[in-house]
Amino acid sequence: MSDHTFLPAWREQSLGRRVFLRVSAASAASVALIAAGCSGTTTTPTPADPYQLALPAGDSGLLYYAYLLALAQITLYQKVVDAPPTDLTTAERAVFADLRDHEVVHQKTISYLIDTTGATQLVPTDFVFNLSKFTLSTRAGVLAAAQQVADLVAAAYPVLLTLFTTSSVPQRTILLKMSSVQARQAAAVRDLLTPGSFANSDVVDSAGQLLTKTPTEVMTALAPYFAPYVISVASLAVPV
Amino acid sequence: MDFFKIIDQLSEVDADVMGRFDSRRSVFNSLGSMAKRTALAATPLFLGSLFQKAYAGTTSTAVEVLNYALTLELLEADFYRQFIATGFIPTGAPANAIAQIKKHEDAHVKLLSGAISQMGGKPVAGTDTTGVRFKGLPAGIPNTYAGYLSVAQLLEDAGVRAYKGRAGELIGTDLLTTALQIHSVEARHAAHIRTMRSQTPWVSPTDDLASHPVYTSGLTSGSTAPTSITAGGSSYGIPAYSAASPVENNTTQSGVAITTALANQYTAADAAASFDEYLQAAEILDASRAGGLALLS
Repeated sequence: MSDHTFLPAWREQSLGRRVFLRVSAASAASVALIAAGCSGTTTTPTPADPYQLALPAGDSGLLYYAYLLALAQITLYQKVVDAPPTDLTTAERAVFADLRDHEVVHQKTISYLIDTTGATQLVPTDFVFNLSKFTLSTRAGVLAAAQQVADLVAAAYPVLLTLFTTSSVPQRTILLKMSSVQARQAAAVRDLLTPGSFANSDVVDSAGQLLTKTPTEVMTALAPYFAPYVISVASLAVPV
Repeated sequence: MDFFKIIDQLSEVDADVMGRFDSRRSVFNSLGSMAKRTALAATPLFLGSLFQKAYAGTTSTAVEVLNYALTLELLEADFYRQFIATGFIPTGAPANAIAQIKKHEDAHVKLLSGAISQMGGKPVAGTDTTGVRFKGLPAGIPNTYAGYLSVAQLLEDAGVRAYKGRAGELIGTDLLTTALQIHSVEARHAAHIRTMRSQTPWVSPTDDLASHPVYTSGLTSGSTAPTSITAGGSSYGIPAYSAASPVENNTTQSGVAITTALANQYTAADAAASFDEYLQAAEILDASRAGGLALLS
């Protein structure tokens, strides 16, 4: 039993490709992060700041947003896998390896949705999620960092999903499939740091609904870690 | 299920297939009195509803989608009530966790009932003795703490799949956000219950319950998929069942094996765990899944 095509081999299936283009109102392919200073709405020429990155408008911007969330998670989880603190248990290390693997699969999927050819350089070569502000030398520090990032991403997805305007089945469906995985990851990490905190009142409100975060809130929280790059989400749709 | 193959097959017998999907734009326009945004293009989040919208001629209203969700929440809430009443749950962390989850399920019942009433619909209802409630442990599940916990896992993971299966029908309404928020909380519950059972927080082909119908798809052989449900003093339509949904431990997306076809190699567990799959309403309410655990009236 298989499901929606979105992976590279799909390009070889010319029929699938043709149908996708008919379903999809706008192709997200080949849209790169653009420097804010070069965006079309500005009439006064301003020197482009190489550290200003503006997410494109529309669905491609949402995909970039999801891509950056995966990038942040992978960077953190990979670091923990590569250099685990001595007091992180074997079982916990296995959890981080799983988290890393799931997010790599997510990121590959998202980058394919952005550009099926894989030719586009999605972020500048020196763009990184900077881990120096986290304490990754202790179990407590690692789990606190992971909880912060995992909760943030889990809170981002329910909003992200409602902002899509495309009719593309793969984009909507694949990201929805990822959203509950993000929730599972966040709950798992929370339970490692504070057993039983999987759905505490700081993440779930009294109506039993997840507390969500808008792209602006999420990117503001992540800004210190993407510095010196500054990411603008001004072009993304605003949640109602 | 290969989406594109299905579309193609439909194209061969019905050249206007894409137009059919498009013409359903109006469905989303009419969904819910709270709709603020322009309805999105007609492609829903899920294939099941896509085809039902295009061909079955039955268009679920937002109230019907919410009543379906409410049915599942009532089942979960009553299950946890009965679980707690057994006295099996160890005090401390396990009891606290189950109480926390029960509190959320009760809140979901209240939230959905209120939303349905507000929209002029009649919410399904359930008490300890009437309406939608937990039927009791199914045959083969031991009457123990571990037995109840295994049912909790099945209910939570089924809930995650169920919300996915209907979310597409709420596109263009504020109810989509609400549904997705609940969906995320169900996933957190599922992760914790699974952890309590020493399973991975995410789905895995190596689960002790991996072969349970909650993680597969399709209907019990010989059963007729309903298009209308009468439960807890109310009735609501559900989309006609089409073909079996993807199985939860799916490792292939449209013919591409995630385990082998990518630049990196991934295990079947990684491939399955990275994506949670959906189930259609008829599958969720099948006797092999939530339908077999619930009394509806």
